[in-house]
Amino acid sequence: MSGQVDNSAEAKGWHSVVNDWAADQRTFRVSWGKLMMWIFLLGDTFIFSIFLISYMTVRLSATDAWPNASQVFELVVFGHTVPLFLIAIMTFILITSSGTMAMAVSCAYRKQKKLAVYLMLATAVLGASFVGMQAFEWSKLIADGVRPWANPMGAAQFGAAFFMITGFHGLHVSAGVIYLLVVARKLSRGDYDQRGYEIVEISGLYWHFVDLVWVFIFAFFYLW
Amino acid sequence: MSADHAQQHPISLYFKVWGLLFLLSFFSYMVDYLQLQGPLRWTLVLIFMLLKAGLILSVFMHVKWERLALQLLLFVPLFAIVVFIALMAVEGDYTHALRLLYFSQQ
Repeated sequence: MSGQVDNSAEAKGWHSVVNDWAADQRTFRVSWGKLMMWIFLLGDTFIFSIFLISYMTVRLSATDAWPNASQVFELVVFGHTVPLFLIAIMTFILITSSGTMAMAVSCAYRKQKKLAVYLMLATAVLGASFVGMQAFEWSKLIADGVRPWANPMGAAQFGAAFFMITGFHGLHVSAGVIYLLVVARKLSRGDYDQRGYEIVEISGLYWHFVDLVWVFIFAFFYLW
Repeated sequence: MSADHAQQHPISLYFKVWGLLFLLSFFSYMVDYLQLQGPLRWTLVLIFMLLKAGLILSVFMHVKWERLALQLLLFVPLFAIVVFIALMAVEGDYTHALRLLYFSQQ
């Protein structure tokens, strides 16, 4: 260093932050589309955090016993009662879809357009099957008598928290499936051939975020 | 562009992370399957959760290869959430105590 100020983009650590926020300079060295997706996801993080925090608050303050998720979500498979059976499959499906999406992004940057389209379609199919299983889970719980205001297993707040949190997440997955299908179609049609394939990475960010939220829902709602 | 640079990773990296995520999900499922209870259960659930979230964020979402300015944009605001969790944990306990005090049937 020796008193020299490094103004270049190659500066490391806090130096690079000061440089990036300094005057006459754009702060974030990413495209605006990617940056806006990140800022949207940051806002979404706060929405999901507020849901999970309110779930924590009602669960802490409930005087009735909280229903045991392990038993509420168990299924009988080939004569055996397996706890959280469908939830575990849904978790693996969402992780797999995140894997195929990551590879689609990688392929898009290698200019392997066809492969990227197929991987995005695979991601969308996996996402749609996740939503289908969630619909099954909802119908089963509704048939068992779980309502947003009451349920036969214990604390009344269980239903409200369940439908609100998984419903909002399911809505995100459904929107993501549509988003991926639209981008995949435009990609295969050649709409992005001039501009480059960064849109695949941007839609990928959204998809990975949906998977990320599920990691927290799985831990706090189903396993706690 | 750093974005282009960030994409030059071998596909094998994604397969490795995918495998790790599968393994961690399996472990967290086993926590429930083996019916571990109490502080051990909560610690394991939290550890597996944070490891999975970290892997998805850093590798799949490429945060690891982004500039520090963007990383700070994403992680500094989360401090507000941590504060909110602490406040509402206190509040929840307080409401619980009030309910036991004034609304419990004798």
